[in-house]
Amino acid sequence: MTDTQRNMVYFLFVAGLILSTGFLQSWNTAIFILNFGLISAIMALGVNLQWGFAGLFNVGIMGFVALGGVAAVLVAMPPVPEAWSAGGTGVLLGLLLGAVTIIAAVVVYPRLPSGRIRALGMIVILIGGFFLFRSVFDPAVSAVEAVNPAGTGYLGGLGLPVLVAWPVGGLLAAGAAWLIGKTALGLRSDYLAIATLGIAEIIISVLKNEDWLARGVKNVVGLPRPAPYEIDLQNDLSFVERAAGLGLDPVTASTLWVKLIYAGLFAVVLILLFWLSQRALHSPWGRMMRAIRDNEVAAEAMGKDVTKRHLQVFVLGSAVCGMAGAMMTTLDGQLTPGTYQPLRFTFLIWVMVIVGGSGNNLGALLGGFLIWWLWVMVEPMGLGLMQLITAGMPAESGLREHLLDSAAHMRLLTMGLVLLLVLRFSPRGLIPER
Amino acid sequence: MDFLNALVALSNFVLVPAIAYGSQLALGALGVTLIYGILRFSNFAHGDTMAFGAMVTILFTWWFQSMGLSLGPLPTALLALPLGIGGAILLLLTTDRYIYRFYRQQKAKPVILVIVSLGVMFIMNGLVRFIIGPDDQRFSDGERFIISVREFRDLTGLREGLAIKTTQGITVVTAIVVVALLFWFLNRTRTGKSMRAYSDNEDLALLSGINPERVVMYTWMIVAALATVAGVLYGLDKSFKPFTYFQLLLPIFASAIVGGLGSPLGAIAGGFVIAFSEVMITYAWKKVATYVLPEALAPDGLAQLLSTDYKFAVSFVILLIVLLFRPTGLFAGKAV
Repeated sequence: MTDTQRNMVYFLFVAGLILSTGFLQSWNTAIFILNFGLISAIMALGVNLQWGFAGLFNVGIMGFVALGGVAAVLVAMPPVPEAWSAGGTGVLLGLLLGAVTIIAAVVVYPRLPSGRIRALGMIVILIGGFFLFRSVFDPAVSAVEAVNPAGTGYLGGLGLPVLVAWPVGGLLAAGAAWLIGKTALGLRSDYLAIATLGIAEIIISVLKNEDWLARGVKNVVGLPRPAPYEIDLQNDLSFVERAAGLGLDPVTASTLWVKLIYAGLFAVVLILLFWLSQRALHSPWGRMMRAIRDNEVAAEAMGKDVTKRHLQVFVLGSAVCGMAGAMMTTLDGQLTPGTYQPLRFTFLIWVMVIVGGSGNNLGALLGGFLIWWLWVMVEPMGLGLMQLITAGMPAESGLREHLLDSAAHMRLLTMGLVLLLVLRFSPRGLIPER
Repeated sequence: MDFLNALVALSNFVLVPAIAYGSQLALGALGVTLIYGILRFSNFAHGDTMAFGAMVTILFTWWFQSMGLSLGPLPTALLALPLGIGGAILLLLTTDRYIYRFYRQQKAKPVILVIVSLGVMFIMNGLVRFIIGPDDQRFSDGERFIISVREFRDLTGLREGLAIKTTQGITVVTAIVVVALLFWFLNRTRTGKSMRAYSDNEDLALLSGINPERVVMYTWMIVAALATVAGVLYGLDKSFKPFTYFQLLLPIFASAIVGGLGSPLGAIAGGFVIAFSEVMITYAWKKVATYVLPEALAPDGLAQLLSTDYKFAVSFVILLIVLLFRPTGLFAGKAV
């Protein structure tokens, strides 16, 4: 069997899994899995850029995904004029002051003679800047948050079509990645891991606490959609007729149709990004990246600027993750900072890349779909298993109840097991790098 | 101006909590640093090892409580601690035997071991949630305070009170005992010396007949003990929730790196640096300031530098500063 045939078999298998979910459970679940699988595949492509191409160990994916979500809010939600007039300029001015402080510190640092003068100068700039920032920023923030806190209490967005948010999410994540890369790349791989882990946590805590930005834990709901609303479709006579022609009732037909529209949009983005990644992998740039990954010293001897290339690929990969984050928030229709968890948004993506095959874009796609399907389906399968195990136990037994309750946690166990098994017996993944 | 009251308020809200938290972080960081020194990778599963050890301890604590066993004023958990350590040792030796050893023999790159530890993290996390559930568990009993605010006020006649929780006292005492034992072991015993030799220079240690598998086994056992003690102390002091243990990973790594990865002394120093900065930067200084400053200068606001939700940011910024300006950490560790 050639490689191509084997890959075909793998993808047909995953397609079969999703289809069987449709036949056996419900088409709603199947298309849900498909949609999130598409998004996961995009995230996996982004991580594959960083890890598979360049060997960068980034465990801050969650942060970039969340930034993409923020972009969806900032682009698509209507602005809140009262909040802007109450404290919009103050907030912007405060942020500007904060940025100026940090830039001043970075600019001044190399210009001062090292020793006590430099330390003193840094302290004066940073502490002075911090208090200046707080004195402008704090009153503006409380003014903004005081505007109708139950409904808005934030500055709102730009009111643009939500599709614009996808590239913007990528840009936002790219900007953050550039800042992080500038400071943390060039450290050893373990340190980069810790640094990115920390950044992701900080981004999430900013999202949770800065209510003026995206309402914090109060969540932003009702994001504008790129697809029509189900209720409009149900009131649309021609749609109802077509649904009846297919033998579907209008409610089911409308939910499926809306989900399929999303799937189509995501598929377009995925295909585009996949094509770009493939081109990148097989270009001189991609070969250079892999050369750097395999032997940094040799690549440096050949005149390649390792730090710069690392920064480049780190920014690119993070941008892809940011875009996926914006798409996910669009699909959800809401931004809920409380739901971002590193196990789900960082480490699960890592499992996808490793299982699929790091360094191979097709592998990343396969891993994205396969692991996402598993992630969703493990819970009902675990529950089934537990029911089988506990079938013989008395109904009121405490152990039985505990086992049934715990089935939900089978997910993490399974993911760990899959990761370890693949690492042990097929360390290059299902579709290895060529 | 009232320095005495200011000092008491400072101790009550900053010094005592920070010392207790610092001891917990130091114990956690010691485990990370030992693994890094001997096995040469950053163990992402450490937070979940702590959770596992604490969980076993909690289960035995509940069992003892149901039997009516107790230590009087001290928490019953101390009685269950050795059993918790045993559970954690069993778990870590099993994972080493079936998972890590394979990669050690393959001489895999450190980053592969880190990814393997991610897998182990998933499994341990799942295991803990599977057995005890994802919710908060309280298991501390016995006397709540060594000295409460009211007792302190009656005793001294000051306006401010100082409360020291039993758990805080136990944390500090236990940490001192454990660290003393660890240093005695590393510096005085044959096995400890062979561990240090192995960490310093693997080839030379192998040449002089040190059995690497033995060294690795002892390392895992010590790490299990440290992690369980840290986990139980943290759980007693705050509360036990699997997810918070996972989140502790960041301050623990920050402590180990700030101190210098691979240096036990550094891990302790790092733990306290991180704990004190976290508490001091997120503390509202209004009360202390009103005592110390003349009335005209008293702050209007809370005088809090950052809200407590940003405590991760604090450990992270310190970590970043150290990495940028002194990559080997305060006590030159072995990392480059």
